[in-house]
Amino acid sequence: MSDVLDRSGASYTTAPPVVFHVRQLTKTYVMGEVEVQALRSVDLDLYEGEFVVLLGPSGSGKSTLLNIIGGLDGPSSGQVFFRNRDLTAADDSVLTRFRRESVGFVFQFYNLIPSLTAQENVALVTDIALHPMPPREALGLVDLSDRLDHFPAQLSGGEQQRVAIARAIAKRPEVLLCDEPTGALDFQTGKLVLETLERVNRELGTTTAVITHNASIAAMSDRVIHMHSGEIASVHRNLTKVSPAELEW
Amino acid sequence: MIALDKKLFRDLLHMRGQAIAIILIVACGIASLVTMMSAYESLQLSQATYYDRYRFAEVFVQLERAPDSLADRIAEIPGVRQVQTRVVVDVNLDVPNLEEPATGRLVSIPEVRSPILNDLYIRQGRYIEPGRPDEVLVSEAFALANKLELGDTLGAVINQRWENLRIVGIVLSPEYVYEIRGTELVPDNKRFGVIWMERDALGVAFDRDGAFNDVTLSLAPGASEAEVIFQLDQLLERYGGLGAYGRDDQVSNRFVSDEIMGLAAMAVLIPSIFLGIAAFLLNLLLARLVSTQRDQIAVLKAFGYDNLTVGLHYLKLVLMITLVGAGIGTTLGLWLGAAMTQYYTNFFHFPVLRYEAGVGLISTAVSVSIGSATLGAFTAVRRAISLPPAEAMRPEPPAQYRPTFIERAGLQRYFSPSGRIILRNLERRPVQAALSLLGIALAVAILVTGRYFEDAANHIIDVQFRHVQREDVTLVFNQPRSARVRYELTHLPGVLQSEPFRVVAARLRFEHRAHLGGITGLEPTGTLRRLLDKKLQTVVLPPDGVVLSSKLADILGVSVGDILTVEVLEGERPTRTVPVVGLVDELVGLSAYMDIHALNRLMREGQTVSGAYLAIDAKYTDQLYTQLKQTPAVTSVALRQTMIDQFQETIAASMGGFNAVLVVFACIIAFGVVYNAARIALSERSRELATLRIIGFSQNEIAFILLGEQAILTLAAIPIGFGFGFGLAALTSHAYSWELYRLPLIVTRASYAFAFVVIVIAALGSGWIIQRHLKHLDLIAVLKTRE
Repeated sequence: MSDVLDRSGASYTTAPPVVFHVRQLTKTYVMGEVEVQALRSVDLDLYEGEFVVLLGPSGSGKSTLLNIIGGLDGPSSGQVFFRNRDLTAADDSVLTRFRRESVGFVFQFYNLIPSLTAQENVALVTDIALHPMPPREALGLVDLSDRLDHFPAQLSGGEQQRVAIARAIAKRPEVLLCDEPTGALDFQTGKLVLETLERVNRELGTTTAVITHNASIAAMSDRVIHMHSGEIASVHRNLTKVSPAELEW
Repeated sequence: MIALDKKLFRDLLHMRGQAIAIILIVACGIASLVTMMSAYESLQLSQATYYDRYRFAEVFVQLERAPDSLADRIAEIPGVRQVQTRVVVDVNLDVPNLEEPATGRLVSIPEVRSPILNDLYIRQGRYIEPGRPDEVLVSEAFALANKLELGDTLGAVINQRWENLRIVGIVLSPEYVYEIRGTELVPDNKRFGVIWMERDALGVAFDRDGAFNDVTLSLAPGASEAEVIFQLDQLLERYGGLGAYGRDDQVSNRFVSDEIMGLAAMAVLIPSIFLGIAAFLLNLLLARLVSTQRDQIAVLKAFGYDNLTVGLHYLKLVLMITLVGAGIGTTLGLWLGAAMTQYYTNFFHFPVLRYEAGVGLISTAVSVSIGSATLGAFTAVRRAISLPPAEAMRPEPPAQYRPTFIERAGLQRYFSPSGRIILRNLERRPVQAALSLLGIALAVAILVTGRYFEDAANHIIDVQFRHVQREDVTLVFNQPRSARVRYELTHLPGVLQSEPFRVVAARLRFEHRAHLGGITGLEPTGTLRRLLDKKLQTVVLPPDGVVLSSKLADILGVSVGDILTVEVLEGERPTRTVPVVGLVDELVGLSAYMDIHALNRLMREGQTVSGAYLAIDAKYTDQLYTQLKQTPAVTSVALRQTMIDQFQETIAASMGGFNAVLVVFACIIAFGVVYNAARIALSERSRELATLRIIGFSQNEIAFILLGEQAILTLAAIPIGFGFGFGLAALTSHAYSWELYRLPLIVTRASYAFAFVVIVIAALGSGWIIQRHLKHLDLIAVLKTRE
């Protein structure tokens, strides 16, 4: 692989296939009485199997970008291609199928269904996926085989986030999109969660994008994308990836 | 979808308090629907079957006397299928173990049993035997009320002599399903009974040998009832015909049919209110659920659940609550319906009153409940469907608060910060506040309506029996007598005062409308029977002209000043015109009154009376009764106190049972609405309240903020509910404005007070439960949860 990059981080000389292809993406939304310009003409490509960290202060547009490429939201203008499919032209049912078949989400606040056990939370996704792994197996991958029948309220934050990861990977998604997965966790637990994500990326080859405002996490990624005020400020390729266990913050 | 269904089930468990409240309300609505509809269907079917199998006649007429040969001419009237001529007379009875005199209606039947009209269903014993003129059949109601058994004898004044009649059968007749004397409101089965006896014996005794004084007939398919009645009246004119009438004006049928119609009307009105409220509560509950589960909806959508599945998920929750409610309601309704139908056997005497509740009714109940639930859930489900996942993931934008009218009016210094929070909350969500208000107001309205029936019944008793009818005893003579009889009456034991009256059978006509009834002549200075207007002020009978009850004036389409045509149906049968000179607002029956002297003049007769009202000294009642029993000239003795007792026993009791159920249902609604509103407010605001606790507000202060809002809503809803309740009472009063009786629009202060107290108790009860929840508000956990 070459080290030569342009600002969009798009051109490798011997690049793996592009998973997401983002062009001139803009998003403006109204929140209460305020209009927010969340994304301004963003260009970006994500490649198969890579582990990308999106860094930036809050309000820099990271979540908006992730939501749009994950098919949760539509842009105000611009285009997003997943493989060769234009997501911006897709209607709701196409986006639903895209999310159901191809994307796994992990959120900062886990967003588990409080009335369902760990296993049932995972089953919620495997119930509707095409080729899922059994919920037990997914929970095994995140080292929670002994917590299958616990409700979210009976689990620690780190455990809840690992259930969320199990839920995201149980469908064997092509991409894993994580929005501040360690944001609500302490240092030790956060590292445990990151190790899980790293292992999934390595063992299953799932393209993984992680949003964080914690710069230390960038060290474990293949590429680091810095965002600022709705724009990509810089893209930096990691030459020496460190394992999550070695991270410090 | 197994995991999703588990969520549904656990969500439901979590909201069990609210869910149970709604289940109960749905159950009440469905129970009232099933109860009334099944009772309606059962009664209607029993009535139709009975009438058909026992050949209930379709046209009825009473007359003075006509020879048997006239029967053939009646049968020749086009459209007549079967004719039954009879002798029917009312006589004084001496019933074993009954002090007061009773009235027996003797009805002739053929010596040998044949398929007659108004055929008899023999419950016990047998039909009369030929050649045994003393054998009689008595109505079951009369037999039961007086504990008469086969083989017992009754004394009757027949042909000026006491005769003993031996009971050989206890029977039922479609003509007397509701067995009342005349235009009375409630049956007095102890003192009025129908007795069937052999035609010849009766004919000879009452000077109707080879003659009849009563005709009933059935019609050929497609025949015109009006045309047959017209021809029959013409034919019977010279035989003293009192005017023929159809089933609609046959007293028993009228009562039974009115009751059935009333059931049908209530079966629509009451469940509509309950199910409307249930739909409203489901809407509140689901809207709240969708709002708290925004992030869960987002997650479901993020993981690829489509809108339909998400919408269906919430709809299922509503349907589960509704179906459980409908199940309980149907079961309860079937049970209550059977009880209600059974209860009707106290008044309505059918050979078999079979309880019918078809699959059709149950599926109607289930579809109605599903329909109302879906309607209630509609907006909330639509919101869940249309929620974009990315937006749902973000916290809701902060609610927009603005200065309230208090600030705009510069009154804020009179309110504490807590008070201002309350006011701003109410003003910020006017629709929700209005809906809560509406729900509570409807609960108040139902409570008021529930009590209305009792108020109206009490008012009827009060007006009719305390203000209008002030006599102790009403006597009716077997034929019109000279006014001199009055002096004889005052010599009867214990009689303090007597006021004669004259009743003349007549048809009142105005333009094309007519009413068959009579004119009652009263002494204008009389005090025992008074005419009253709406405000219970005495209306003085003018020396000329006729005073009508308002309902009769409505039916005839006349007002004061119009000229009525009076076709007298007795004596010389003159036709005269009489001006309408006044109206009275009587609640019972249809009446026309004249000054007794004017009526005598109209009849061109001397001072003649039909009967008298008596005031008596209670000490001498026994002696009076004994004497009256032995007076053949008196055919009917009606006692006011007995009427009051009977009225209270029957109408008030039947309404009482119905009313008690309604009040219980209304209490459930009241509690359900108030509790739900407060519970939802708690879950919506728990974070805000926890924050207030953390910055130093006491538990009572936050309770004040939360419950203060509910208290304001409840207090504001009460007067509105009074208004609705009055409106519902007015609707009911309008629906129960029948010829036989009218429910007056009277809601007492006690009823308003009752509704007030129940609502306040419901509010305090739910407040107490909410207060307990507040005590357990987990401050840290609440603050940690994301908004």
